[in-house]
Amino acid sequence: MAVRIHTYETAERVVIFPRVLGSLTDAKLVARCRTRDDAAWSELVNRFARYGYAIIGQGLSRRAADAEDVFQEVFTRTYQHLDRLRNDEAIRPWIAQLTRRLCIDRIRAGSREQLSDEELEPREMDETLATLDESLDVHEALAELPENCQEILDRFFSRDESYQTIAAGLDIPAGTIASRISRCLTTLRVLLAGRETVPDTS
Amino acid sequence: MNQTGHYDEQRLGELLRALRPVPQGWIEAAQELPRVRREMDDIVARAVADAEFRRALVEDLENALRAEGYEPEVIPLDELRRRLDEN
Repeated sequence: MAVRIHTYETAERVVIFPRVLGSLTDAKLVARCRTRDDAAWSELVNRFARYGYAIIGQGLSRRAADAEDVFQEVFTRTYQHLDRLRNDEAIRPWIAQLTRRLCIDRIRAGSREQLSDEELEPREMDETLATLDESLDVHEALAELPENCQEILDRFFSRDESYQTIAAGLDIPAGTIASRISRCLTTLRVLLAGRETVPDTS
Repeated sequence: MNQTGHYDEQRLGELLRALRPVPQGWIEAAQELPRVRREMDDIVARAVADAEFRRALVEDLENALRAEGYEPEVIPLDELRRRLDEN
């Protein structure tokens, strides 16, 4: 019988410390992953899953069936390269470039003809990536909001849920959803504004 | 962001929408990678040490794994075959 190394201890760490891991910088999280900390790895996957998925969505727009393979390949290679990253803080752009490259490789491998650059990758990909970077910043700020705000904003914007669905899911009156969304957006704006303080150069 | 350097609600909404949820199974599979890598290491080490186990793997990889309590569905079998060839 195979020895299962996936221990209860590891499972407990996932449950007990998610907020701590969630607050780590990218560099510290990568360093924790390098120690083969399973909970840290789970957090890293959580942190970059939507980001990678969005890049794949753009890069493989006509080959959606390959998306899951590329998604798993991105994280497999990330895991395998943890010990060789030159700059832990740059894990985000590293994942972005890796994802782009794997999408291009997949398209190229699936075509019998020589493809143009435009066919391999949309012309506006750099611009799209900049938007996704900004989006990830906003999502990271969202993670600092109270859980009820995280939940309601995520359900409404990212999951496209209706007021009725949100109300049923959160067991709150549907008539209060719009005002809750508005209040949570205001809180998020204030939080983001606080991050944009201009350094004093005088 | 608007001209004052702050996000307006419309822009915030667009940015929140840009990162869609990933199918849960995809995330779980990626999170299981460390365990799967360790299992592969374990299988290769056992195959090196146990000729009978190695022969069973070479004959019918998926069934041999299943018989030993592994889940072949989550193990990258091509990579495992390559590692078995190398060791």
